[in-house]
Amino acid sequence: MSFIPVLIGTVAFAVLAPILGCLLAGLDRIISARMQGRVGPPLLQPYYDVRKLIEKDDVTVSGVDGIYMTAALVFTAFAGGIFFSGGNLLMSAFVITMAALLFIMAAFSSRSPYAEVGASRETLQVMSYEPMVLLMAVCFYMAAGSFMVGDVFQRNVPVIVYTVPAFVGFLFILTIKLRKSPFDISTSHHAHQEIVRGTTTEMSGKTLAKTEVMHWCETVLFLGWTGMFFLWSNPGSIVIAVIAALAAWFLEIFIDNNFARVKWQAMLKWAWVVALVAGGINIVVLMGVVF
Amino acid sequence: MGFASKSPWVIHYDASSCNGCDIEVLAALCPGFDVERFGIINTGNPKHADIFLVTGSVNERNISVVKQIYDQMVEPKVVVACGTCACSGGIFHDCYNVIGGVDKAIPVDVYAPGCAVRPEAIIDGVVQALGILEEKSKALKASKRGA
Repeated sequence: MSFIPVLIGTVAFAVLAPILGCLLAGLDRIISARMQGRVGPPLLQPYYDVRKLIEKDDVTVSGVDGIYMTAALVFTAFAGGIFFSGGNLLMSAFVITMAALLFIMAAFSSRSPYAEVGASRETLQVMSYEPMVLLMAVCFYMAAGSFMVGDVFQRNVPVIVYTVPAFVGFLFILTIKLRKSPFDISTSHHAHQEIVRGTTTEMSGKTLAKTEVMHWCETVLFLGWTGMFFLWSNPGSIVIAVIAALAAWFLEIFIDNNFARVKWQAMLKWAWVVALVAGGINIVVLMGVVF
Repeated sequence: MGFASKSPWVIHYDASSCNGCDIEVLAALCPGFDVERFGIINTGNPKHADIFLVTGSVNERNISVVKQIYDQMVEPKVVVACGTCACSGGIFHDCYNVIGGVDKAIPVDVYAPGCAVRPEAIIDGVVQALGILEEKSKALKASKRGA
């Protein structure tokens, strides 16, 4: 993995992912509203929200949460850069987890009981999704023969052909990673089901704006992971990958609007069961097929 | 129009309302009125909110709570008193424990009367509040530039 493409990818991701993520978030809110029989906000509403948050006065409890969030944003951009420049999938997964940990640190730093509840719950979310993310990366390696995302373009068949169970497992934990109901345990976009506000309780103004932008970037990255499964040497496969990623996004919105939040115990249990069954079966089968 | 008035997030607090006004506040968020069309979200966290919707009169028990929520809100912020009780104490004005309207505790920017306050009146009140929010936002920007 050479450094220059990753650097270019990181800069490109830092510029483009917020734009794309913002539009996706706006689309999410409109589709959610339509599912609830409402009209919903304008498409650019998330952009207006963030611009307003930047204009708000600077108030911070700990004084360091803003720095943690800036670091989280940088790591998110780096993870996106690694992935979209065709770099190492496993490294991308680890770096984005680092961003999640910095987000948790930002929440813990306020020492507010509500933010700490949110931070503990975010930690549980990381514990829930991480095994499946790693098994997904292992399955990808076994199917593609490499952790390098760029190598999928040299293959005759998409990775999904060998990794259907791992992909299904990944879709399951995608809901947790995107913090969508029923797994919006650490912080929810809907006030009515929240212990004050979870992780973002003590964040306001620019710091809160950073969490929003980070969330946009994460969405783009995870949908990129989804699309990756459908790529092969045919350049037209990019269209298929984009369609698959958008379909996954629509599925997430549908799930978000139709399921009530579960308890964290259920989340942890099911995420691990899915990871061990889907990931485990996939690895065993691949060991028989490939090696 | 600046961004302050394009994304007004509200926090709703029931001081000592009979719940009539609270139901109307929530009705404004439901499909019939759908105030999210204007970017209005009910946040439930004072640190995220721009507009403080208070229903019911202020009494000895909750005056500190009203003040604390107001203090925790980040500038620029506006207060809308929703319903007759929040405006003046209303039917409860001479109760032994009632202090009066919300303006006895915190500065109120817009009064939206009604018993119960109609969702249309709440939306009108919030729209008026947006104008004030815009002015406060400009003033804050100017003071930041000056500092």
